[in-house]
Amino acid sequence: MTTITESYVREAPRTARIDWSPYLVGAGIGLLSWIAFAVFGDPLGVTTAYSRVASLFALPVIGPEAVAQNSYWKSMPLKWDYGVWFLVGIPAGAFIAAVMSGTWRLELVPEVWKERFGPSIAKRFVGAFLGGIVIMYGARLAGGCTSGHGISGGLQLAVSSWLFLAVMFATGLGISALMFRKR
Amino acid sequence: MMTILGPLLMGTAFGFLLQRGKVTNCNVIENQFRLRDFTVLKVMGTAIVVGGLGVLLLVDTGNTKYYVKDANMLAVALGAALFGVGMVVYGYCPGTALGAIATGSVHALVGALGMVAGAILYALSFDWLKAHVLNVWALGKVRLPDVTNIPDVAWFAALAVGAGLFFWWVESAEAKQKRG
Repeated sequence: MTTITESYVREAPRTARIDWSPYLVGAGIGLLSWIAFAVFGDPLGVTTAYSRVASLFALPVIGPEAVAQNSYWKSMPLKWDYGVWFLVGIPAGAFIAAVMSGTWRLELVPEVWKERFGPSIAKRFVGAFLGGIVIMYGARLAGGCTSGHGISGGLQLAVSSWLFLAVMFATGLGISALMFRKR
Repeated sequence: MMTILGPLLMGTAFGFLLQRGKVTNCNVIENQFRLRDFTVLKVMGTAIVVGGLGVLLLVDTGNTKYYVKDANMLAVALGAALFGVGMVVYGYCPGTALGAIATGSVHALVGALGMVAGAILYALSFDWLKAHVLNVWALGKVRLPDVTNIPDVAWFAALAVGAGLFFWWVESAEAKQKRG
């Protein structure tokens, strides 16, 4: 498995780079926010829709009865609304951008992780899975993620969102320092 | 038609921008928290200032309204702390993860299943959280200009100047590093 990834990484054309300025991209996301507010009345966000969709996956796990009775999903039932279609668009757009720039490549263990924790795919998958649990639980508890709180809430000068940004970055810096400390 | 095509196109544009902004790359996100790559802050900072000034104008001209999330301070602080931990361990945030999956990142897909598990766990613990956490220090849908009496324009002026100075400093440090 490892050799497959490595060959993909090696064979990825070295000239294929993404050279858009991060400021230009940020301004583009800002402009997209104008449209989201003015045209759709629905700021950019990810995790609210994500938890709607998660109720589908919960059906076989906790049973349809428990999902139907759950007070959270009662307030946030699965419906194919703006947020869910927005969610479907994200991978489509990223796929187009990656193919067009020649930067699509299979990645099982990212470089930064490999340098610190070695090439074990199992280890990385366990890390990603656990990290996924924690990030989504946190996002739902806080009421939003980097998009909904960070960008959409930040640009509205929302008190909740700036608290989110400050605490999220502070904790991230601390955990990162612990995780990547020099042995 | 617009109810599906509209959000689909918006999501596609967002995903496209995230990929071109390099933030669907796990290494870029990890290196932001290690203070070795400031791409994430550059993208977010510019999006907040550009987006915020436009939305302020749109609100003032009556073309939209604010959609502010509840300031349940304890829940937001705890949630954000978990989010920061999860983001460093996962290497993505939820939106960039969805983009990353489509650019070939298999471990992002594994983490997305973890995110499903996280959402289920949240739904299962919702009643308890609602009774004990979500209602602590709940300020409602407040904005910084409301609680500080400092007007919107002053906030954005400060943000723009602050971000400008910070990015100027980052850029000159990066240029120095490149020259070796």
